[in-house]
Order: sequence, then structure tokens, then C-alpha cells
Amino acid sequence: MRFSGWRVIREGLSGNRGWSPHWRDAAPRDEYDIVIIGGGGHGLSTAYYLARDHGLSNVAVLEKGYLGGGNVGRNTTIVRANYFLPGNSEFYSYSLKLWEGLEQELNYNVMHSQRGLINLFHSDGQRDAFARRGNAMINQGDDAILLDREGVRRHAPFLDFDNVRFPVHGGLYHPRGGTARHDAVAWGYARGADRRGVDLIQNCEVTGIDIGNGRVRSVQTTRGPIRAKKVAIVVAGRSGQVAAMAGMRLPVESHVLQAFVSEGLKPVIAQVIAFGMGHFYISQSDKGGLVFGGDIDMYASYAARGNLPAVEHVMEAGMTLMPMIGKARVLRSWGGIVDMTPDGSPIIDRTDTQGLYLNCGWNYGGFKAVPASGRCFAHLLATDRHHDAAAGFRLDRFRTGRGIIDEEGTGAQHNLH
Amino acid sequence: MRISCPICGERDRREFHYRGAALTRPAPDAGEAAWDAYLHLRDNPAGATRELWYHETGCGAWVVVTRNTLTHEMPGCELAAEAAR
Ligand SMILES: Cc1cc2nc3c(=O)[nH]c(=O)nc-3n(C[C@H](O)[C@H](O)[C@H](O)COP(=O)(O)OP(=O)(O)OC[C@H]3O[C@@H](n4cnc5c(N)ncnc54)[C@H](O)[C@@H]3O)c2cc1C
Ligand SMILES: [Zn+2]
Repeated sequence: MRFSGWRVIREGLSGNRGWSPHWRDAAPRDEYDIVIIGGGGHGLSTAYYLARDHGLSNVAVLEKGYLGGGNVGRNTTIVRANYFLPGNSEFYSYSLKLWEGLEQELNYNVMHSQRGLINLFHSDGQRDAFARRGNAMINQGDDAILLDREGVRRHAPFLDFDNVRFPVHGGLYHPRGGTARHDAVAWGYARGADRRGVDLIQNCEVTGIDIGNGRVRSVQTTRGPIRAKKVAIVVAGRSGQVAAMAGMRLPVESHVLQAFVSEGLKPVIAQVIAFGMGHFYISQSDKGGLVFGGDIDMYASYAARGNLPAVEHVMEAGMTLMPMIGKARVLRSWGGIVDMTPDGSPIIDRTDTQGLYLNCGWNYGGFKAVPASGRCFAHLLATDRHHDAAAGFRLDRFRTGRGIIDEEGTGAQHNLH
Repeated sequence: MRISCPICGERDRREFHYRGAALTRPAPDAGEAAWDAYLHLRDNPAGATRELWYHETGCGAWVVVTRNTLTHEMPGCELAAEAAR
């Protein structure tokens, strides 16, 4: 089934009875060439690109719950390429380019909206840092415009420009930044992978990884054992547990990150806006809800719900930046378990076990990475060589100290971001 | 979430700074693998864990908290100085 404007009209006229499920409900077979553990954004895009770029379709994605039930369906949907350091910069730049063609590629409406992202600054020092970041983005071939106060005012007149503690001095504007419909990204990749022959197996939790003579042999699941030549671990917040099944300890600590949405309102915030003091970022969904969030709760957690101090911080930051938000009522809030690494950058690499590969450490920013991560990880799985755009995401960088990608400049230490 | 500081009693989580898993610091010459394990690698358990918190705006003590990362229950809290003995 292909989606098109014509199809929508035809279905509308015939009672919408012609739509069919977007993917098969596959049952596990005994053996696959490649088993992907985790049906989030990264696992599904990996499966899609394995089939599309490398012709590998004897592949299964094993998901313990339902497709898209993890972080891929819980994030605040910001998509951007405003990273600073080599290693990250080229990767997110590549990912944004893939986003720009994604809907045509997948024949699926992921509602990618390049509405622009403004990162505000509130001091001279911060302006200098953002000017430098903007130059790094331009050098990478992406777009960045340094706005002064009046420039920001034209986009967002409702900000508290003269706040006594954090006056708005300007912002770094990234016009190609924006948002996307998160579930649709998971569904679009799932449908694309399924159509190319990949088995998507839900309600199938991996409970063990069997290794013999230093090589991965099979996985144990709640739906029986499955043999595999290669196994890919792509389980975000659960990376620690699944890696432990293969006897590994990872440089990863799992934390809870919360998100909030208000009742539906008329259009008021056109861009994505990020506060430069205190953690707060906000955009408005097409349904009208204000979608916003802040920092992680700052302690290890697997409870997919947060604590009140973090809620309070986010609300205070929102009120400081745009007092008008106080009139809106919060409709829902939730939490997702994010896989934090010491330097805040991800891992796409082999492991010491032959045939066992790892994709994790997306911290709080892995949604925008979904297209490039899948493509680069598929490349690694299929060819055993690192893709140029993701060559820096090595597992051993913490041990060796070489190639640390510490975007925030806080030091490669677990509790510092 | 409230933490029972052995000195100050039960206090709001906001008074404390989170450090992370309570691990034993290796000897200076323990070697690269031991230091890598201490600095970077984590069990990252889903369930019971022992971790270091600092009572920043209270008595200034480091405490070792026993906590469940699934439920946020905190069955234990002792002074780090005593836990180390
Ligand atoms: C509140 C919040 C806001 C965020 N905002 C943004 C943002 O604005 N922009 C951005 O770029 N990023 C954002 N992120 C980060 C982003 O959502 C994640 O980095 C990314 O989604 C993680 O990759 P994933 O999609 O593959 O993870 P997930 O969707 O979590 O996928 C992992 C899957 O593995 C499955 N799994 C786990 N264990 C097993 C097992 N044993 N067997 C089988 N399956 C298993 C899980 O059920 C899950 O479905 C945010 C995250 C959160 C929580
Ligand atoms: Zn105290």
C-alpha cells in the first residue's frame, strides 16, 4: 500500500475501508543472519538500511513491548544539527540531510517540520560561545544565524527580554532545525523494513545471549531461542542489562528524563526555543499542545516517571523565560529512560565478542540521530567497517582517553551532565 | 524522594547532590583496566543499588544510600566514612 494524496481522497470517499496494517505480525523463525535487539527508532532504522543499502533481509527486530513504545515515542521531538565537536558535527549534519529526504524515502508522513530552532543567550560570554558554535556549524555546511535582541524579538515577542536575572541578549538561530512526529518515524521505518522482508517481532524480550568460543551464537527470548550470525544490541535505557547478558559492563548509566505537554492552544510559538540559563526547551505541536522539557532528574533510575524537583525546575524556567506560559495548564507529563555516557556522546561499535555489535549511549538526544544512526550501524553490521560519519563513536574511547567527544566541556565523568 | 541522612534525619532530595555508584577506589598502581572500571564502567542495575550522595545544603556529609532504581525506595542510608570501614 502506497500513500498518496489520491489515495487519501479515494479512502475518504469509500469510508476508509481500504487501509491495511502497516506491517506483518511476524512470528520468530529459528535462525536469522542478523538479530536486532530493540524495536525503537534506532533498531528499526538499522533494520531498514540493512535491507535497503545492503540487501540483507534475513533480519529480525526483537522488541520486548510494542514498536515505538520506548524513548522514540516519548521524546520532545527536536531535530537539529547544531553540534560543535568533530565526531558529532559531521554525524548530526549527515542525519539532518537524511531527515530532509525521509518522507519521500519512506513514503510516510513523519511530519518533519523545519520551523527553526533558537538557542537563546543571556550574557556576553554565552554570545561568544554561540558565535563560535555557529561558525562551526557553518564550516560543517549547515546553517546558523546569530540574532541580536531585536532579531529574537521578531520571532518570539513574548519572551521576557528584560528579566532582571537572565535578560535575553540574542540567540543562535538554526533555520533547518525543527521537530517531527516521533511515533511516525518509528512506524515509517518499521513499515519500510517490513516491506523489504525484515521480521518485526513484538512481545519478544531477549533474556539471554549465548556465546561460544568468543562468538555470538544465539539469543534466548520469551518466545524461544533464536540462532543468529550477528546480534545487534540497540536497547537505549536498557543497554546495561542486555550487555550484561553478554558479560559486558558498559560506560552507561540510565537516568530518567521527563517531558510535558499542555492543553491544546491556538498557534503561539512558531519555532523551537531553548532557554540558555536553566534547562528548558519548548515547541508547539500541530495539535496545539506546548511540548516542553528540561534536564534529567539527576540520579540513576528505571522508573519511567520523574520526581517533583525536576518538574519544579522546568516550570520555573518556563515562567522565567516566557511568563505567558503560566496561563496554560499542563495536560500530561511522562518520563523515559535515557542511556547516559560519561562524555555525553553515543557508541556505535563492535564488541570483544565476534558478531556482537553495540549501538547505545544516546543520552537525551538520540531522536534526531535515528536516520544516521541506523544507516551507519547497518553499514558496520554489513561490512564490519565503520561508516565515515560515525567513525568517532568508539566504545574504547573512555579507557584509552583518545577520541572523547565531550560536547559540553564538563569532563568525561558520569554525573556531570 | 527523601533521603534519611544519619546526621540530619529525613530530608528533601533537593538538599543532596548525586555522585553515582558507590565503588571502591582502586590503588594508584592498580592498572588501566581497574581504573577504567572505576571511572567509566557501571553495573547500572535495574533494582537495588548502592550510591554516593552528598548532603550539600545540610551537614556536608557524604552518605551511601541503598536505593531501588525501579521503585525509588530507599531502605538504607549510612555515612560514607562508616561504610568504608
Ligand atoms: C523525555 C525525553 C525527551 C527527549 N527529547 C529528545 C529530543 O527532543 N531530541 C532528540 O534528538 N532526542 C530526544 N530524546 C532522546 C531520544 O528519544 C532517545 O535517545 C532515542 O529515542 C533512543 O533510541 P531508541 O529510539 O532506539 O530507543 P527506544 O525507543 O527506547 O528503543 C529501545 C527499545 O528496546 C526495547 N528493549 C529493551 N530491552 C529489551 C530486551 N531485553 N529485549 C527486547 N527489546 C528490548 C525497549 O522496549 C525499547 O522499545 C528524548 C528522550 C526522552 C526520554
Ligand atoms: Zn546531613
